[in-house]
Amino acid sequence: MMKQISIWLPLLLMPATLIAGPAIEQWQTSTGSKVLFVPTGALPMVDLQLVCDAGSARDGDQGGLAMMTNELLFSGAGDLDADAIAAGFDDLGAKVGSSVSQDMAMVSLRSLSDADHLQPALDLFTTVIGQANFPAADFKRERKNLLTGLQQEKQSPGALAQRAFFQGLYGDHPYANMASGTEASAKKLTRDQLVAFKERYYRSQNCLVALVGDLSREQATTISEQLSTRLAPGAPAPELEATEHSTAHFEQINHPSQQTHVLIGQPVVSRLDPDYFPLFLGNHILGGSGLRSRISQEVRDKRGLAYSSYSYFSPMRQAGPFVMGLQTRNDQADEAAGLLREELQKFITKGPDDQELLAAKQNLTGGFPLRIASNGKIIGYLAVIGFYGLPLDYLDTWVDRIEAIDADQIRDAFVRRVTPDQLVEIRVGG
Amino acid sequence: MNRLTRFVPTLLAILLGPAIANAASQQPVTEFELANGLKVLVREDHRAPVVVSQVWYKVGSSYEHGGNTGVSHALEHMMFQGTKRYGPGKFSEIIAAQGGSENAFTGIDYTAYFQTLASDRLEIALELEADRMVNLQIQDEKFAKEIQVVIEERRMRTEDRPTAQLNELFRASAWVSHPYRNPVIGWMSDLDAMTTADLNDWYRRWYMPNNATLVVVGDVDTAKVKKLVSKYFGPLKKGQLQPPKERQEVAQTGERRLTVKLPAQLPHLIMGYHVPRFGGEADGAVDGQAITDKPATTATDEAYALDVLTAILDGGSSARFARELQRGQAIAASASAGYRGALRAPGLFTVDGTPAQGHTVAELETALRAQIQRLIDEPVSPAELNRVKTQVVADNVYTRDSVFYQAMQLGMLETVGLPWQMLDEYVDRIKAVTPQQIQQVAKRYLRPDRVTVAILDPQPMDTKKPRRPPPAGLRH
Repeated sequence: MMKQISIWLPLLLMPATLIAGPAIEQWQTSTGSKVLFVPTGALPMVDLQLVCDAGSARDGDQGGLAMMTNELLFSGAGDLDADAIAAGFDDLGAKVGSSVSQDMAMVSLRSLSDADHLQPALDLFTTVIGQANFPAADFKRERKNLLTGLQQEKQSPGALAQRAFFQGLYGDHPYANMASGTEASAKKLTRDQLVAFKERYYRSQNCLVALVGDLSREQATTISEQLSTRLAPGAPAPELEATEHSTAHFEQINHPSQQTHVLIGQPVVSRLDPDYFPLFLGNHILGGSGLRSRISQEVRDKRGLAYSSYSYFSPMRQAGPFVMGLQTRNDQADEAAGLLREELQKFITKGPDDQELLAAKQNLTGGFPLRIASNGKIIGYLAVIGFYGLPLDYLDTWVDRIEAIDADQIRDAFVRRVTPDQLVEIRVGG
Repeated sequence: MNRLTRFVPTLLAILLGPAIANAASQQPVTEFELANGLKVLVREDHRAPVVVSQVWYKVGSSYEHGGNTGVSHALEHMMFQGTKRYGPGKFSEIIAAQGGSENAFTGIDYTAYFQTLASDRLEIALELEADRMVNLQIQDEKFAKEIQVVIEERRMRTEDRPTAQLNELFRASAWVSHPYRNPVIGWMSDLDAMTTADLNDWYRRWYMPNNATLVVVGDVDTAKVKKLVSKYFGPLKKGQLQPPKERQEVAQTGERRLTVKLPAQLPHLIMGYHVPRFGGEADGAVDGQAITDKPATTATDEAYALDVLTAILDGGSSARFARELQRGQAIAASASAGYRGALRAPGLFTVDGTPAQGHTVAELETALRAQIQRLIDEPVSPAELNRVKTQVVADNVYTRDSVFYQAMQLGMLETVGLPWQMLDEYVDRIKAVTPQQIQQVAKRYLRPDRVTVAILDPQPMDTKKPRRPPPAGLRH
C-alpha cells in the first residue's frame, strides 16, 4: 500500500513553514481598546468584531445576564427602535451578529467596503454599541423567549448533558453556568441589570476591535477610534478566579430518548498554558481528527456504536474542559462509555506511536493554509489572539510549534494534566 | 434536514444556506466534458493557496423507491470503505496526510464528495476520486458495522428530536406520489433491511463519469487542471446510464392536516405549499386546471419571485416575520420561511414556527395565514423590495469569501439540471422582480386548498420510562 502513495512523498516533505500567517497590525485606540487588523483587498467587503470581556462568567448569580445584554443591544439605541435598527442594516445589505461564550461577548458587522455602504453601516453600528438603551418592552419579550429556549432545552438530551456536564466540572466556579442561565435566574432578571452590565463591561479597555478586509490602515484607525470612543472609558474587568480540579462524579439523567448522550471530562487547559500545544496535538490522535482518531476508530469504525464520537480540549481564560463524547443506543451506553475511558487510559500510559504522530503532524501542518483561507476565518483568529493576549506571530509560528513536539512531550503532558480518577461523567438517556 | 453528512463537520453552517440566494460569479467558469461524459467546471480563485474539489453524482433520495429509502446516503458512507487499490480508510488516510479536509453529503437530488487542500495537492484528490468512481468494493462485514452507524445517525438526527420527526412526517404528508416524501436518511425499517446487494446495485447504476460533475475552485491553473482531470478521469469508461423514470406528484385539491403527538416541551407548526422550481413547474393543478403546459420560462420567473417573496417574509431582522410576528405582535418565539427553487422537481414553500409564551399554536397558525393572505391582497412595498435586492447584491460579494461555497453552488445547479450560468444572471433577474409578480405567485400557489399543515402536540415527557427501540429479534 505504501508503494502506491510513494509518489506523494515529495509533497509531504515540502517545508510547511513557507506559509506564514497573515500580517497582523496591532495598536491601541486613544481610549485604550486593543485593535487587530489584517488588510485583505481582493473582495470589496469588511468584517468587524467588537469583543468584550463580558461573557457569562461575569453573570454572578444573575444567570442569563451577559447573553441578554448582548442580544438586546440591537433592540434600541438613541432615537432608534429595534425596527429602525434592523431596517438600517438590512437596507445596506449589512449583516450583524452577536454571541456570548463563558469568556467573551462578541458583536459583529459585515458590510460592503464602498463608502456608500460602509460608512452608514458603521455609524449605525457605533450608535448601537454606544447608545443601546434596552427598551422595557423588548426586554420583557426577550426574557419570555429566553424561557421558551430553556424549555426547549429540556427536549434535547444533548443540551441537557451539556448543562449537567459544566455543572459537574466547575461546581461553584462561574464556568459552571450556561450562558442562558436557568428558569429561576431568567425570571429574576431586570432591565436595570442589563443597563448596569453594559455600563460595567462594555468599556473601552475591556473590549477589543478586530478588523479584516478591504481597508487601509488609515481607515482602520478611524473606524476603531470611532467605535472605541463611544464606549465608556474604564479599566478591564478583574481577573477571573482560577478553576479547581474536578472530583470524580457520575450522573445519569433519565430522558425518554432512544440514545444516551455521554460526556466525560475535566477542566484542564487555559489559552496561555504551555502544555496546550502538546495536548492539542496528542488529542488530534486520540479523538480530534474526525473519523481517523483512535476514539472514532474504536467506537464507530470497529463497532458501529455511534455516528459521532470525539474528544477535544477547549482552552479558555481559566482551565477549559477536556471533553470526550458520543451518543449511542441506550443499551450500548456502558460499552461505548467504557471504550472512551479505555482509549484515554491507553493514551496516557503509552502515548502516541511514531506513525500516528507523523500522520497527525502532516495533517495539521499541511492543512494550515485552510485555517486562514478566508476573511471569516482570519477574523476568528484575530478575536482569539487579541482577547487572550496570544503573541502576534501566533499564526506564523503555529506550524513550527506543532513540528517541534515529540511523543514524549505529549505523553508527559497527558500524564501530568489528564487524570482519569477525577473525571466527570454525565449520561442523559434511558 | 435535507442534507446529511458523513460525519459532523466543523463548517456545516455554510452548507445550510439557501441554495442559490447568495449567488456569486465574478471569476469566469471554464466548462468542459470528457469523452466519457464527465462534466467538469473550474473556477480560478487566487485569494488563498487552497483548492476545493467536489464530485457530484446525480443520485439522492428522490431517486429511491419504496423499500430502498436511504440507500443513496448509506452508499455515501460506504464510499470511504475501500476500493481494490486503496483499502478501507486509505482514502481518508492519504487526504489527511496531505493536510486535507474531506467529507461528503447526500441530499434529495444529489450525492457529493469533497476535499479541501493546499492548492498544490489537488492531484491526489483527483486520483482518489477517479478510483472510487468505478472501483468501490463493499465488504459485508464493513457494511454490517456502517449500517449501524447510519441507524445511530438516524436516532440522533430524527428519533430523538421532536421537530425533526414532525418535519419528516410533514414531508411524507405534503407529498403523496413523488419521492420527495421520503427522508434522505431513509425510514428505519428500510435501514434495518438494507443489504450490500442493494448498495452494489445502486453503485453500479449511478456511479459513472457520465452521471457526475467535477467542480474545482481555488488557486489553480485551468489548463493544468484540465491535464490532471484527463489523466485520472479520462481512462474511465462511459457507463450505461438508465435515466430515472419521471415521477409526478398528484394534484393536491384540499388542505391536508396532521397532528403528531410526541413527548416534548414545546409545540411547533409547519405549513407547506407546492410551488414551481427554476426551469420547471409546480406539481398539481391550480383551480382544477393542469398547469403543466406553461412555458418553462414562466416557471423560472415565478421561482425568482418566490425567492424574493421568501426574503420579504424572512430575509433578515427587518423582514416581516421578525418585525411583526416576533417583535410587533410577539406571537412567535421563532418563525421562518423557506423555499428552494434549485431542485430537479418542484418543491415546497414552507413557513414554520414556535409560538411565544402565552400564545397557542392555533394563534400562530392564524398569524402565519394572515401573513400569507397579505401577500395575496397587497403588493409588497418598494422599500421592502429594494431591501431584498440590496441584500442579494451584497450576499453576492460575501459568498466569494468561501471557495467551498462557490463550488457548492456550481455543483448543485449542474446536478439538478440547471445551467451554472444562472449564477451570472441571478442578481439581475432578482432585480427585475416586480411587486405584481410576487402578488401573482402568492395568489396562484399559496392557497388554502394547496396547504399541508403539521402540528407537534407535545405530550408529557416521562423520564421514568425511557423509550427503548424494539429488541433486535423483532427487527428484520
